[in-house]
Amino acid sequence: MNKIISKEYFSDNVVKFEVEAPLIAKSRKAGHFVMVKVGEKGERIPLTIADANVQKGTITLVVQKMGVSSTKLCALNEGDFITDMVGPLGKATHIENFGTVVCACGGVGTAPMLPIAAALKNAGNKVISVIAARTKDLIILEEQMRQYADEVIVMTDDGSYGTKGLVTNGVELVINREKVDLCITIGPAIMMKFVSLLTKKYEIPTLASLNTIMVDGTGMCGACRVSVGGKTKFVCVDGPEFDAHQVDFDEMLMRLSGYKDIERQEMEKMECASGARK
Amino acid sequence: MNFSEERAQSWRADLRSAKKAKERTDIPRVHMPELDPEYRSHTRVEEVNLGLTPEMAMLEAQRCIDCAKPTCMDGCPVSIYIPKFVKQIEIGDFLGAAKTLKETSALPAVCGRVCPQEKQCEAQCIHTKMKKEAVAIGHLERFAADFERESGNISIPEVATPNGIKIAVVGSGPAGLSFAGDMAKMGYDVTVFEALHEIGGVLKYGIPEFRLPNAIVDVEIENLRSMGVQFITNCIIGKTITIEELKEEGFRGVFVASGAGLPRFMNIKGENLVGVMSSNEYLTRVNLMDAANPESDTPVLPGKNVAVIGGGNTAMDSVRTARRLGAERAMIVYRRSEEEMPARIEEVKHAKEEGIEFMTLRNPVKYIGNEYGRVTHMVLQVMELGEPDASGRRSPVEVPGKTELLEVDEVVVSVGVSPNPLIPQSVAGLEVTKWGTVVVNNDTMQTAIPMIFAGGDIVRGGATVILAMGDGRKAAAAMDEWIKANN
Ligand SMILES: Cc1cc2nc3c(=O)[nH]c(=O)nc-3n(C[C@H](O)[C@H](O)[C@H](O)COP(=O)(O)OP(=O)(O)OC[C@H]3O[C@@H](n4cnc5c(N)ncnc54)[C@H](O)[C@@H]3O)c2cc1C
Ligand code: FES
Repeated sequence: MNKIISKEYFSDNVVKFEVEAPLIAKSRKAGHFVMVKVGEKGERIPLTIADANVQKGTITLVVQKMGVSSTKLCALNEGDFITDMVGPLGKATHIENFGTVVCACGGVGTAPMLPIAAALKNAGNKVISVIAARTKDLIILEEQMRQYADEVIVMTDDGSYGTKGLVTNGVELVINREKVDLCITIGPAIMMKFVSLLTKKYEIPTLASLNTIMVDGTGMCGACRVSVGGKTKFVCVDGPEFDAHQVDFDEMLMRLSGYKDIERQEMEKMECASGARK
Repeated sequence: MNFSEERAQSWRADLRSAKKAKERTDIPRVHMPELDPEYRSHTRVEEVNLGLTPEMAMLEAQRCIDCAKPTCMDGCPVSIYIPKFVKQIEIGDFLGAAKTLKETSALPAVCGRVCPQEKQCEAQCIHTKMKKEAVAIGHLERFAADFERESGNISIPEVATPNGIKIAVVGSGPAGLSFAGDMAKMGYDVTVFEALHEIGGVLKYGIPEFRLPNAIVDVEIENLRSMGVQFITNCIIGKTITIEELKEEGFRGVFVASGAGLPRFMNIKGENLVGVMSSNEYLTRVNLMDAANPESDTPVLPGKNVAVIGGGNTAMDSVRTARRLGAERAMIVYRRSEEEMPARIEEVKHAKEEGIEFMTLRNPVKYIGNEYGRVTHMVLQVMELGEPDASGRRSPVEVPGKTELLEVDEVVVSVGVSPNPLIPQSVAGLEVTKWGTVVVNNDTMQTAIPMIFAGGDIVRGGATVILAMGDGRKAAAAMDEWIKANN
């Protein structure tokens, strides 16, 4: 049981939680994630650790309402308890002074990117963050990102804020302007696929932080497997970051959609139930 | 008292002379009452075996002739004093029988249900040498343990005066639980750390409810709690806390019982299609996460034509689970013949009664999917048994050019597990084999790092509950000695 210390809405669908977890706060590094379960019959879902405060013994999670489990989590309030939480899991991001690094984030991907950008900056890199979303309201953590990044480029699909265009347009702009040594991308799988295709064209080493389906998150089941360079890897223990140019994104997208029908039914069930209660 | 002195006690001697050996061996072996196969293949959680009645158990116990040289005990990995507990059942001293079991086995209600008795104690029973069916030792073990539990008279073992020495256990499967129990008895301050949100290891996430009800495992866990053992779930040693940190916190010994949780795949084409998964994933979803329960948030793909690859207990558990979740065709695909299957004979029998199809001498070579990436077919290579290899086992060889196409919408890969790599990766100086198992001294279960002992599947690779439990007990005795010697 982990207590929620604070809750803040970034938008209607994106919530930031500060959660009590002293041991995880102490041992986590940029790139790590936790598995979270809400309720006795809840599902175990992976969430990247966006920040931690060792003194307070807390970690920060940023959650986007997507399916049943994230919606249940977002319904919790300050003072409530998360039933189960385990971590830190996965491999930490490898940080060194690469030179110039472009962080390409889509949607809530900005949250897990934040500690990576901070660590990269600390290691002496020039950090340029491209944060992209469909529309202005979905751009999150821009201010926080500005604390670490030398430059923040905001992109929106509809042009309601920053520059109109996709994350790839922003990345390409930087590539055409200066030498980029590394690109890191976190966001929806389809977005990472296109970032990867772009940087491959320019032969820029790229890391993608993959968000596959997981069950245990400890390497026990293989639900999270992806093909990287033709070999099967478990995202929860071998990742979550991989050489993007080696990742089979099409297979990953296909595997991500495997449970869509069931998820949709569950969402409808949940909405019906909450409707009935009103 | 040694075994022959015990055997010479008057109650045993009288019992032996009360009935001739011939009369005893002529009694037919008891049949375990079971749920109706048709009914049970549609019910998710009800246990298949219903247990013996006291009358059945006492009659079955009569079949044992109380041999002077009880070879059955040689077949038992932990040398349970089998004739004694069987004879106690014969005279109706069921609680006494349970006590005898507990002298050597930490989990008799579990082992009575899941041990491969036909390869262990029962294989060595004198009856088999007379071409008769062995005494149903496993059923009797289960009976005594269940009787004790249901009677509400569970004897909580005496716990020595606390010595204040902190001991950590990594993993809460049978190895960890039995180690924790023995150490607590000796007065140690034991804390069990478990990575998952549930305690019990494979007993909870792997073996299904219809074969081993969770309630039975929970009773054992409660017993340990009442002996002072502490459990911390959601804590991964090597990630959440390191062994180094445990040492700093004053833990004097660590027992690593982290199991063989890493699923193997076959690395064939299409194995990453939607609908193809490891048995660990399938069973974890259904058992640990209760995915088939409408109340649960965890989904499980419904399969109409389900193929399970493998011939072990895990494969049987998976295929029988699939049947219970509504599969019209639930199939075992195994590359050898039925004779070589490592699964318990009872599971194979139960599976067949439940309508499971056995496609033996078949090996998958690739999976085919539809435009959504969902598996629709698999290609099977037909095999035949070749010449015996060095081990004397006839190994399967391909029949050239002979393949079959099978329609499937779900495939569960159950071709074995590898040791959990978390601990070996996170502890410098631990000696590990090329298979990833932790190297220990076989007599003491001590690793290359003196304060760390290890046992169960992390040492053996995928093995059995009884061996894991035996390792836990052996390690406890040895660690106690080591701590005393190094005080
Ligand atoms: C489906 C299935 C059916 C089986 N059927 C039978 C059967 O009928 N008969 C039989 O004898 N055997 C059977 N077995 C095998 C038997 O279950 C195992 O041999 C036995 O459970 C091994 O016990 P263990 O204590 O070594 O490990 P496990 O039971 O695997 O327990 C290990 C525990 O450690 C935890 N852990 C791992 N790493 C860490 C860490 N770093 N920190 C904290 N916790 C950690 C894991 O989460 C797990 O809970 C079966 C196995 C399976 C999977
Ligand atoms: S989530 Fe189970 S192995 Fe990665």
